[in-house]
Amino acid sequence: MNNIAETQIEADPNVPIIRLTREFAGTPEQLFRAHTDPRLFAQWIGPRSLQTRIEEWDARSGGSWRFVSTRDGEEHAFRGCFHDVRPDRIVQTFTYEGDPDGVALETLWFDDLGNGRTRLRGQSLVDSFESRDAWLKSGMETGANEGYAKLEEMLADGAI
Amino acid sequence: MAADELSRIFAALADPTRRDMVTQLAVGDATVNQLAEPYPISLQAVYKHLKVLEDAGVVSRLPGPQPRPVRLEAEVFDLMDKWIERYRRRAEERYRRLDAVLAQLNETETGKDEQKGSVA
Repeated sequence: MNNIAETQIEADPNVPIIRLTREFAGTPEQLFRAHTDPRLFAQWIGPRSLQTRIEEWDARSGGSWRFVSTRDGEEHAFRGCFHDVRPDRIVQTFTYEGDPDGVALETLWFDDLGNGRTRLRGQSLVDSFESRDAWLKSGMETGANEGYAKLEEMLADGAI
Repeated sequence: MAADELSRIFAALADPTRRDMVTQLAVGDATVNQLAEPYPISLQAVYKHLKVLEDAGVVSRLPGPQPRPVRLEAEVFDLMDKWIERYRRRAEERYRRLDAVLAQLNETETGKDEQKGSVA
C-alpha cells in the first residue's frame, strides 16, 4: 500500500463540475463492491467521528439509497438514486437533505490498471456555480472539525 | 472569515462574462475600455461586472489618474486553491478508509482462493 497516488481534485472553470481521481490497490470488482455493498460502504464513507447508518440501499439501476450520518445526536441525511449500475461505471444522484433542492449528478468509473489496481474517476455535476461553491464550502466546514484536525496530525506525523 | 469571502468570490465568478474578464486580466492589467472591447454590452454593464469582481476582492483598480487600470488580485486564487485543497484532503481521508476496506477484502479473498494474491 505504499506508493498510492493521492486524490486529485479539479474544479472545472467553465461548468459546475468537480472531478476527482484516485488509484487503489484493489480490483475494479472490489472497488465496485466497496461502492455497492452497504456494509462495506458504511465502513469508509463518513468521517471517522461520524456513524453512518444506511437506511435504504438498492444498488441496481433504478434503485435508491439513503443514509444518515450521526454525531452526538446530530443527524445529517443524504439520499439519491442509482441511475445506472455497471461493473465499470456507476451513475447516481446525490442530495443532502438539509438542502433538498440541490441535486448532484455523480458518475464513477473504475478503470482497470491491471495487477490488481484500479483507477477511480469521479465527476459531480451540480446545477450552478453557487451550488458548487456551497459544496466545496461544506468540505471546508467539515474540514474545520476534529476529523480534519486528526488528518493534520497524521500528516504532521508523516503517517500519510 | 474565509467562508464568506470565498462565497463572494465564487459568486462573482459564477458569471461567464466575469470569468472571461478574469481570464483577460490574467494576461495583464487592462483599462476598463480594453476590458469592454470584446463584449457587445454597454460600458455601464462592464462597470457593473467590475464592481462585483471588485467587491469580491477578485480585482482592484490601481490608484492614480484616469484611466486607472484594473488588476487581478492573485491572492484570491491562492485562497481558492486552499479551499479546494481542503476538499481534496477530505476526499483523500475518505479514500484512505476505502484503502483499508480493500486491504481487508484482499486478505479474506486470498485466504479463500489462493489464486489471487495482490500487492505487497
